[in-house]
Amino acid sequence: MLSRRIIPCLDVRDGKVVKGVRFRDHVVMGEIVDLALRYRDEGADELVFYDITASPEGRSVDRGWVERVARVIDIPFCVAGGIRSVEEARQVLYAGADKISVNSPALERPELVDELAAAFGVQCVVVGIDSLRDDDGEWRVRQYTGDPSKTRSLPRRTLDWMIEAQQRGAGEIVLNCMDSDGVRKGYDLTQLTAARAVCRVPLIASGGAGEMPHFLAAFTQAQVDGALAASVFHSGAIAVPDLKRYLQQQGVVIRLQEAADE
Amino acid sequence: MSVVLVDAGGTNIGSVRYALQRLGVDAALTSDAAQIRAADKVILPGVGAAGPGMARLRELGLVDVIRGLTQPVLGVCLGMQLLCAHSEEGDTQCLGVVPAQVRRFAEAPGLCVPHMGWNRLSPRAAHPLLRDLDEGDWAYFVHSYAVPLGSYTLVGSEYGDGFSAVIASGNFHGMQFHPERSAGVGATLLKNFLAL
Repeated sequence: MLSRRIIPCLDVRDGKVVKGVRFRDHVVMGEIVDLALRYRDEGADELVFYDITASPEGRSVDRGWVERVARVIDIPFCVAGGIRSVEEARQVLYAGADKISVNSPALERPELVDELAAAFGVQCVVVGIDSLRDDDGEWRVRQYTGDPSKTRSLPRRTLDWMIEAQQRGAGEIVLNCMDSDGVRKGYDLTQLTAARAVCRVPLIASGGAGEMPHFLAAFTQAQVDGALAASVFHSGAIAVPDLKRYLQQQGVVIRLQEAADE
Repeated sequence: MSVVLVDAGGTNIGSVRYALQRLGVDAALTSDAAQIRAADKVILPGVGAAGPGMARLRELGLVDVIRGLTQPVLGVCLGMQLLCAHSEEGDTQCLGVVPAQVRRFAEAPGLCVPHMGWNRLSPRAAHPLLRDLDEGDWAYFVHSYAVPLGSYTLVGSEYGDGFSAVIASGNFHGMQFHPERSAGVGATLLKNFLAL
């Protein structure tokens, strides 16, 4: 049985891990490699690093820290942040990332998803989607969310983009529900359930985790493959081993770290 | 001991190399036939599609070189699939050193393709490659094509149907998951390979 994945997300800014609330007011949480190793030792199933300032600043991710992480980490990790071309993706993958995630650049030029899938296979290509419910009740995508002054609303509906991204070659979708991000009231189960219905590749929930039952609900109600969270892990409010034991007790298929591995 | 990583353009070469470094082995990255033939151990990593993977090995003149190797060889992920006879991916003739066919996972309700994430291993044979591997240990998989269970299967796993997680035929071995990304279990299996 495939396990559900617990995925700490590390937002990277100027080489440090930071976290904001609703994508604002970032505070430094620690060094990239230290936090990566800590989560690996605690039994995280995967890590995601978002270079949150790369896309608004129009630059690609800095591959120096990608290589440092790859040298010490023996669990998979995904890198996101301003990857705009096959060549930039190749740099990040060759530096040791297992997957690359594209968000704003894929909205600028959707063919990027096709090109990445053709070059590296769909299994390397994650499409990240930032989504917000508009006043008319529709979920629509947002672009350049790393910098609130540059964030744009697009007319594209979230679920339409999710379907198109899969047709173009997305091997995994991370859906970040911005209404709930950083406020710890729980994942947006309504939106995730709607997304699950149209998502035939692995779906990762993002935004809103505050308590252990929030993870359980995402897995059992929205049937997501993985749950991503940042602040609850960085702050120590939820420890990954406690969370995984809790989920296993609740009947979720989860990987518990083998004793010999500690 | 000399270990070489066959540089056929797979994007996980760096990760496999770092995993070997964590075990104290500095593997050379090469596409040189003489260096590959002379190595004690040969690892064929690989991420991507079967057709381009075989095309690269042909361009590098390595198809017959790999087929003729007699030392322990390990294919990882796509590298394992390239050791097989044929892949449905792009209808590709592969190296044919393991008598297996590579097939696409059938999509089914609740079964996403690619098969991506941690899944359980189930050893089916006694083999030095499997030392200290326990029933139910977890490994990290990312793939859309798989090798069905067969006489060459050392370790099975299950996604819808059973499939091969580790295969072997003579001196050729393959791991469908990524040992370089499978935490302690992956390190154990790589260590076992180096000790063959």
